[in-house]
Amino acid sequence: MTTSGRGRAANGSDEPGDLTPITAPVTLHVNAGEHRLTVDTRSTLLDVLRERLDLTGSKKGCDHGQCGACTVLLDGRRVNSCLVLAVAVRGRAVTTIEGLGGPDSLHPMQRAFLEEDGFQCGYCTPGQICSAVGMLDEAARGWPSAVTDQHGSSSGGDEGAGGDEGAGGDEDPGIPLDRAEIAERMSGNLCRCGAYVNIVTAIERVARGAGSPSGGPVP
Amino acid sequence: MRPFDYRLAEDTGSAGVPTDGTILAGGTNLVDLMKLGVLQPATLVDITSLPLDFVQEEPGGGLRIGATVRNSELAAHPAVRERFPVLSQALLAGASGQLRNLATTGGNLLQRTRCPYFQDVTKPCNKRRPGTGCPARDGDHRNLAVLGASPQCIATHPSDMAVALRALDARVQARTPNGQVDLGLDELLMLPGDHPEAETTLPAGSLITSVTVPALPPGCRSVYRKVRDRASYAFALVSVAAVVALDADGCIGQVRLAFGGVAPRPWRASAAERRLIGAPASAEAFRAAVRTELAAAEPLPRNAFKVSMLNELVVTVLAELTGTGAGGA
Amino acid sequence: MTTLERAVGAGLTRVEGAAKVSGRARYAGEFPLDRLAYGWPVQATIARGRVTAVDIAAGERLPGVLAVLAHGHAPQMSADAEPELRLFADDVVHYRGQVVALVVASTLEQARAAADALVVSYFAEEHEVELTRDHSRQYAPDTVNPNMPADTADGDLDAAMRTAPVTVDRIYRTPAEHNNPMEPHTSTAAWDGDHLLVHDSTQGAYPVRQTLAQLFDLPPDAVRVVSEHVGGGFGSKGTARPNAVLAALGARVTGRPVRVALSRQMLFALVGYRTPTIQRMRLAADRDGTLLGVGHDVWAQTSTMQEFAEQAAAPSRMMYSAPNRATSHRLARLDVPTPRWMRAPGECPGMYALESAMDELAVELGMDSIELRIRNEPAVDPENGLPCSSRNLVACLRTGARMIGWYRRDGLPAARRSGRFRTGTGVAASVYPARTSPSTARAIDLGGGRFRVEVAAADIGTGARTALLQVAADALGVPTGQVDIRVGDSDFGQAPVAGGSMGTASWGTAVHQACRRLRDEGGSEARSDTAETIERQRELSRYAFGAQFVQVRVDTVTGEVRVPRMVGVFAAGRIVNALTARSQLLGGMTMGLSMALHEDGVIDTEFGDYSNHDLAQYHVAVNADVQRIDIAFVDEADDELNPLGVKGIGEIGIVGTAAAVTNAVYHATGIRVRDLPIHPERLREAAG
Repeated sequence: MTTSGRGRAANGSDEPGDLTPITAPVTLHVNAGEHRLTVDTRSTLLDVLRERLDLTGSKKGCDHGQCGACTVLLDGRRVNSCLVLAVAVRGRAVTTIEGLGGPDSLHPMQRAFLEEDGFQCGYCTPGQICSAVGMLDEAARGWPSAVTDQHGSSSGGDEGAGGDEGAGGDEDPGIPLDRAEIAERMSGNLCRCGAYVNIVTAIERVARGAGSPSGGPVP
Repeated sequence: MRPFDYRLAEDTGSAGVPTDGTILAGGTNLVDLMKLGVLQPATLVDITSLPLDFVQEEPGGGLRIGATVRNSELAAHPAVRERFPVLSQALLAGASGQLRNLATTGGNLLQRTRCPYFQDVTKPCNKRRPGTGCPARDGDHRNLAVLGASPQCIATHPSDMAVALRALDARVQARTPNGQVDLGLDELLMLPGDHPEAETTLPAGSLITSVTVPALPPGCRSVYRKVRDRASYAFALVSVAAVVALDADGCIGQVRLAFGGVAPRPWRASAAERRLIGAPASAEAFRAAVRTELAAAEPLPRNAFKVSMLNELVVTVLAELTGTGAGGA
Repeated sequence: MTTLERAVGAGLTRVEGAAKVSGRARYAGEFPLDRLAYGWPVQATIARGRVTAVDIAAGERLPGVLAVLAHGHAPQMSADAEPELRLFADDVVHYRGQVVALVVASTLEQARAAADALVVSYFAEEHEVELTRDHSRQYAPDTVNPNMPADTADGDLDAAMRTAPVTVDRIYRTPAEHNNPMEPHTSTAAWDGDHLLVHDSTQGAYPVRQTLAQLFDLPPDAVRVVSEHVGGGFGSKGTARPNAVLAALGARVTGRPVRVALSRQMLFALVGYRTPTIQRMRLAADRDGTLLGVGHDVWAQTSTMQEFAEQAAAPSRMMYSAPNRATSHRLARLDVPTPRWMRAPGECPGMYALESAMDELAVELGMDSIELRIRNEPAVDPENGLPCSSRNLVACLRTGARMIGWYRRDGLPAARRSGRFRTGTGVAASVYPARTSPSTARAIDLGGGRFRVEVAAADIGTGARTALLQVAADALGVPTGQVDIRVGDSDFGQAPVAGGSMGTASWGTAVHQACRRLRDEGGSEARSDTAETIERQRELSRYAFGAQFVQVRVDTVTGEVRVPRMVGVFAAGRIVNALTARSQLLGGMTMGLSMALHEDGVIDTEFGDYSNHDLAQYHVAVNADVQRIDIAFVDEADDELNPLGVKGIGEIGIVGTAAAVTNAVYHATGIRVRDLPIHPERLREAAG
């Protein structure tokens, strides 16, 4: 039986139409720099970082927001840069792994990953580190995770508010991060090398307050 | 992806409705589908500059949530955590931290199914291309619907947030070319029937502006529970948003149940609710009510498990919320 | 001789670590080149048949397109090459997803859009993609990977099964599993006259160089493959892959450097994967647990393009002693992509079956699962009668049992009826061959006490680069800081692929020899070639062994399984780097956990592809799936391996894990899962 279709399209799909690129000017604030570019509107932030700005630290693992290797900070919030159109970034500040620190001036999170061996092939690592930095900020602001509120919570009245530790009060809204919290919050970053155990240890170390290393390899 | 024009929507008051173009908010679903070739808009209208990122108090204790509020902000909002914990839990059960930071209220409601055939433009799909068929019925349907489906389509709605909103009787406000509308979720989201390509009742050129969530009566306990294949970052096999309040005599005074992962839109278990209102809280009562609701299920060979899994999950959750014995086997 | 602290054995942080954590390490698709163009493959949308037409002219008119390659419109390549790499050689489609065209354009967006718009016509035939035990296209291969007999027989297994007091006869199934390294396969190729330079994401720069030279009929030294940093491979980058060939073809035709980065979805068809398996295990035993017979029959698939026969029955040939033994492998030639290596090919799926069957036998016998294995510990290798260079499986089992509290577990399965959640503990043995392969290396004295060592090794996350640095430093007698180790460049000379867990052993021996030669003989540089040394090795049985323990917690309401703790104890010779070795095993066990609970390549019988071809649908373990994992090593000083005393550890971590999980689930629930992965509904269905 004969079939015919476009490269990816099923039988007799619509004409592609005019594929002439449509471009737009953008000004991207990336790390310490400002970049004025003309970009194809289809370009994602990830592709502009990698192909136009030679900031190849952010990685393309799946290009569909399913692995987290492309994680960068946008106004300090962790996002998948493969799903952000470059034209839509507008005035927001982009921080990539390169902006967190360099080989001779490592950010504490980078140093923790290095010393705790929280990586193997290294491809998911920039995304892990950016995600971890963003995540610590979220926890410090008191943002809960799926494991923070474990019990059926009430709607107020005489039952009181749904219980979660560490929240409330004007002092420190931060959520205490144990390994289960860290693991849940970091589950948007896949690691096929399976470095999760050490990734959590590295983040735990930074969350505790850049204290002493965990003691090295545990037999 | 085909080339497209990008423009930023400017707020021109209630008359300003983007009549051309596809709405871009967080982009987590739209950009994904554009890369897959499923959606090929000629114009994107970015609405993230519109003043729709508010969470406001409503008289009576409810909330009005702007359409572009990010999922992560909403889940962490003190009023949401305190008054509607089921909504916070549902949001946190979905996607990943990164995706929640981009995804918006409106986008989450309108997100498309993750059916593998819908997402693959090299395969037939009645929803994506009407009349081409539904290969899911005889194919990979483990994650697809057991309720509310039709011979044309067995897609499920992937959202967790929407399930919680359904249980909370949330309403959606939108500007359409024909004026403002205020819709319940079952009035917004459609079942496939003979036209699976039509997913919402909103005409082209509409813009969701907000979602209102009325206050729950005092004394309600609520929870969102999700069963999935891995401990995090996966869509639901089945899920439930449950809200319950007991009367002074231990009978069920309030109950709301909505199911996720099993239908083309969040499934409000109205039949179960009717049986439960006024009944003494007991495992038997829960079991009978849920069985009634799920009697309408039309399971397929590879997703039939969802019926009993959901049944057991709901019974267990209701038992926990009412402090009624240890539910489950 | 100066007294220096030995580098080998220490837990050095990775040499390239600062570059990786700061995003400065460049992978294959990250080298900016002048006039770089982008190639996007077009994949077949039928599973079997022929390409009847490709509208090349229309494709080449699309914006930004520099060239469209397809059958009849692409440079000819040598016929003397692997069929999967002879792209566009004919119009035959062997599987859905096969590359049938390449679009090269000035930008990534234009290449992708043009590839999506390219019109390809097919003549489709009926396809067969589902593996069964009695498939009409089944045959017996001559050999199985890497080069072993497909069938073996000792004694009379059938008779043993008929007469033994206790028997187990069960079928186990594993699905197709996809390697899915985090970095999709990527190559950037550039021609300079008749010289080809390729930045490739590969587990072996030298073998890829040889392959490309052969394909393009070039003298080998006209090709250079550079692969300094590789984002994982797990076997899928163990040979040259279509991306390298496509990039070279595209660059040849356009006269510009071309980058081809496969998409994640493309990996499910183009880079190999672990075949699904159907395995029949037969065990016959005396009442005291002495094995009388072991039978292991394997059914797997291969493509119609190339044969690959996964040697799943191999571990049953040598793990336990038994006077009667029969193993077999049968392949069905299906209209599917060509399976290939995925971490521990053979041992991984095979030990799932063997170690599950052993557990079932222990239950039949009413015997402790560990004692059953110890009872059948062989004195020599049952497969060939050779003595073992070292075998410490028993020590691994006993150490692990102590660590996890094995003897505190309830003796009867499903005994822990604590309401909704049931806990259980399971054990399985682990094994992997310890091979050393010939390699070359070069050591250079840079003066001033500094040295450089070059070897075409690959560090795909294993920490090989760092381990080799330690080996070199010790052999040179200098601190590690005075040695510059270079890997991942085919110009460094012959070196085997990072595969078969033989990397450190093979390259390390070559590095050791080159460094010793330089140190002993002086001069500005020294080279080594270990082929002869390895040829002269005594004939012995060489394996690494391990024991894996898993604790599970099963939610009987939902069927969800969580794994609060895993323990892995390994006897793997000398451990060169304590830090990275532990990470390797953590990684292998995590992948084994993923295999048990999540991974499931779903074949779509109507369309012929793996339906769940992305990371949202094909589930690999996420961070929250992994809780506590303890790793321990049993010290082994084995002089019969290689000068370093090294066995490989890259793959053994995944071997046995899945069986330990399913054995634990059995202990917790009384439900025996023989069909991976453990989907929640399988536990609920079996519970009734």
